[in-house]
Amino acid sequence: MKTTMIDLKWIPRALGLGLLAFAIFGPLTNLVLWAVAEKWYFPHALPLQYGFSYWVSVFSPRGNATTSLTMSVLIACLTVIFSIGLAVPAGYALARLKLPFRGAILLVLLIPQAFPNLPVYVNIARLFYQLGLNGTVVGVVLVHVTHGLVYAVWIATAAFSAIDRELEEAARSMGASAFKTFCDVTLPIAAPGLLASAIFVFLESLDEFTGTYFVGAPDISTLPLLLYTAGSGGNYQIASITALILLVPSIAFMIVIERFLKADVLSKVGR
Amino acid sequence: MEGYLNISHTRVRYGENEILKGIDLSVRKGEFVALLGSSGCGKTTLLRTVAGFNTPTEGTISIGGRDVTRQPPDKRGMALVFQSYALWPHMTVDQNIGYGLKLRRVEREAARQRIDEMKALLGLQALGHRKPAELSGGQRQRVALGRALAINPDILLLDEPLSNLDARIRLTVRHEISALQRRLGITAVHVTHDREEAMVMADRIVIMNGGEIAQAGTPQEVYNQPNSDFVAAFMGAENIVEIDIEVSGSSIGISEGRNNRKAVIDRGDRPLVSGPAIARFRSETVRMTAAADAASGAHRDGLVLTGQVAQVSYPGGLWRHVVHLGDTSLIVDAAARFEEGASVDITVPDTALYIFPRP
Repeated sequence: MKTTMIDLKWIPRALGLGLLAFAIFGPLTNLVLWAVAEKWYFPHALPLQYGFSYWVSVFSPRGNATTSLTMSVLIACLTVIFSIGLAVPAGYALARLKLPFRGAILLVLLIPQAFPNLPVYVNIARLFYQLGLNGTVVGVVLVHVTHGLVYAVWIATAAFSAIDRELEEAARSMGASAFKTFCDVTLPIAAPGLLASAIFVFLESLDEFTGTYFVGAPDISTLPLLLYTAGSGGNYQIASITALILLVPSIAFMIVIERFLKADVLSKVGR
Repeated sequence: MEGYLNISHTRVRYGENEILKGIDLSVRKGEFVALLGSSGCGKTTLLRTVAGFNTPTEGTISIGGRDVTRQPPDKRGMALVFQSYALWPHMTVDQNIGYGLKLRRVEREAARQRIDEMKALLGLQALGHRKPAELSGGQRQRVALGRALAINPDILLLDEPLSNLDARIRLTVRHEISALQRRLGITAVHVTHDREEAMVMADRIVIMNGGEIAQAGTPQEVYNQPNSDFVAAFMGAENIVEIDIEVSGSSIGISEGRNNRKAVIDRGDRPLVSGPAIARFRSETVRMTAAADAASGAHRDGLVLTGQVAQVSYPGGLWRHVVHLGDTSLIVDAAARFEEGASVDITVPDTALYIFPRP
């Protein structure tokens, strides 16, 4: 009797793990299935016919995916350059100089995130319309920068704070000017943290939908916009393929974070 | 006071606190000076001020006649070895040592040679391609030293470079550094809180207390002729007794007290006046004998104290006794063991006795 009791104990645990696995991998499997399904309709549990014809049409010159992908990557790259360009000096200043209201400055950067997205973007769209920035790459990049700057500055500040001042002082003592010290010592040591924040900003930009929709559409089409159009049009194959493309950079990001971002940098985020 | 490095009337403050309260110090070319003091005495601040990381509110710092008070650290031609070593984690040993040469645009081949020379000097030949994280504490310390020496600095500044090493390695590295300094003829300023380290390594010791220089002199001078109660205590004369003295001509009379016999000692060059005083001496400089009856007349071979042994231990070499004199207690080292409770006479020779006015 006792032995059977013990034998049965694995059942709830197995059920739990199974549910968890289903919750994680279920939607992903569905996504992958839809991406390679040629024909699939109710009440069939699995696609009736598999193939890559939708991939061909998505990546064909007439398909919108290639232009959207190029546009997405272009906007993401510009957003990264702009955000990191601002975040490096800002983060260094916040980490090293005795700034008044240091905490307040870090908090102010959070404000675009603190309010509901829609009213903010509607207002930005109205403002940009007057400035003629609606429907331009610059306009969309600016919207993405307001979004990405928080992560960029917060992580950059943490990366610079984690560097022992004596490492910089040692370079000064060896005869390096302040700028040379920054280039030779501070920046290389902070590089993994900055890289992580760059990738984070890149992904945020790649995923961004609301702002792009209000400021960019219909002139600017990014992958999330394409996904939205395809999804709402009932074209699940195109939507799934777009989603899978969007998944690639996220996974790359996780690997980089895992490899380069050290605990001592992470522990200083927001301080 | 014409030295190579001249520090005059230097004051430094952090916010409300004045850390250095007017320092005057001059270091000759090729001299090894140790700044000695307990934590918070301002010795590291003084070193950092010389290096250019603190700006004095008053006073000047000059090197070879050149005023560097307002110059940034990179223009001073000094090299600072940090307590934490501050090796750059993203550079190899070679790159760390060669960084100063790269900044000075030394030709690649010449730099290569200099780096190899430094590595040979410090026994780091096999480690050129390692990163600091792959080195032991002693190896890191030597890389930090090599990095500083590679650029042939006018002045080498050492901020407690040995405090992170194992006690045993520390002993050998002491001698290595001072031998190296003598061989290369570098002017060096060394900060330490370790009295023995300063004694062994330095040509001159500067003892600091509360942001001021308490005494400066050769190791023998500060050890044998402390000029204040603080220096005497810091240099190991921890035993303290209160006495009353009467100065007359070339001798000092010590009147009989509760725990000491009447004595007359040579005045020497002690700048004292009659009145209440304190006497300090080191544990190992005294002679301890079984209590004898008070002889008539004054003792002429030093101060004789009477007490009772309260505790005996053997730390090696000599027996260590804790001796109670009324409500004060002394630590006395002797070759022979005295049992607990024994009444003893402790004779402190004239030369081992440091007398200062009682505050």
